Amino acid sequence: MSVGILGKKLGMTQLYDDKGVLHPVTVIQAGPCTVLQAKTMEKDKYVSFQLGFEDRKEKNAPAAVKGHCKKANSAPKAFIREFRAKPDEALKVGDQVTVKRFAVGQFVDVIAISKGKGFQGVVRRWRFAGGGASHGSKAHRRPGAIGNRTWPGRIWKNVGMPGHMGDVRITIQNLPVMQVREADNILLIRGSVPGTEDSYVVVRPSVKIKKTSAASAKKK
Amino acid sequence: MHPTVFKISKEQLNKEVAPFAIGDSVKVHTKVVEGEKERIQIFAGVVIARKGTGINQTFTVRRISYGEGVERVFPLFSPRIDRIEVERKSKARRSKLYYLRKRDNMVV
Repeated sequence: MSVGILGKKLGMTQLYDDKGVLHPVTVIQAGPCTVLQAKTMEKDKYVSFQLGFEDRKEKNAPAAVKGHCKKANSAPKAFIREFRAKPDEALKVGDQVTVKRFAVGQFVDVIAISKGKGFQGVVRRWRFAGGGASHGSKAHRRPGAIGNRTWPGRIWKNVGMPGHMGDVRITIQNLPVMQVREADNILLIRGSVPGTEDSYVVVRPSVKIKKTSAASAKKK
Repeated sequence: MHPTVFKISKEQLNKEVAPFAIGDSVKVHTKVVEGEKERIQIFAGVVIARKGTGINQTFTVRRISYGEGVERVFPLFSPRIDRIEVERKSKARRSKLYYLRKRDNMVV
């Protein structure tokens, strides 16, 4: 576990690498974030840092947020999240966290709220095959049977049914960083990221892949 | 599109692209890497479509190769394209010359 950064998805574009290969990239406005609170072993029994991203208007912020941010001498923040960290992490309350923490080729996980899809049927929501289209079939996009008979006498848990789809927290793992633009606080990450444009995202160093893509390429 | 995203995609339009139009016969000089060496390969044919805008823009070149119609889609701003040479200008009355696909077969 290490400290990541908070940001905002700006949109997608394409990027050529030095070999001339075209990659799809997501542009993320990442940081600068302020450390609002440091949780310590002594006080909280675990080590973590709470980051705040993007100022919000003083008059619109709840008093609780205002007071909490004031302890770090910061304006009220709009998006606040906590990152678990190793005990040797050298951050203090009031510090700025920027895209400098990320390197080109490093793998990251991106966490965000996916786009809401509304009430969806079983074909879209759970990839059911649906029924026949013609020859007298009346079950075009219906789920079919959902259970058995007297045994078990109930519907199993986790049976796919229609319902609300999307608008849930999604983690996309192992996306390589293509570019880090310190001057603009911009991260370019290969591939797509959940959520709409202008929605908040959490970017953290990949939990699974610690190496950079350049290093793993060399190995091959 | 967010202005920052627009700026980033615009930065990549750093290449001079020779002006060519739909229907022109062109020679596309592409860089091909073979082992260690890099050489230029030429794909000659008729431009039958241009699609997309900005960094997403592509063009389709169609040629008849050994009696078989072959189409190749190039990203317009790809660094793999060395240059585009216009062999013959022509006036097309529509923006996509997909009807050539049918016509080629009739000739053969």
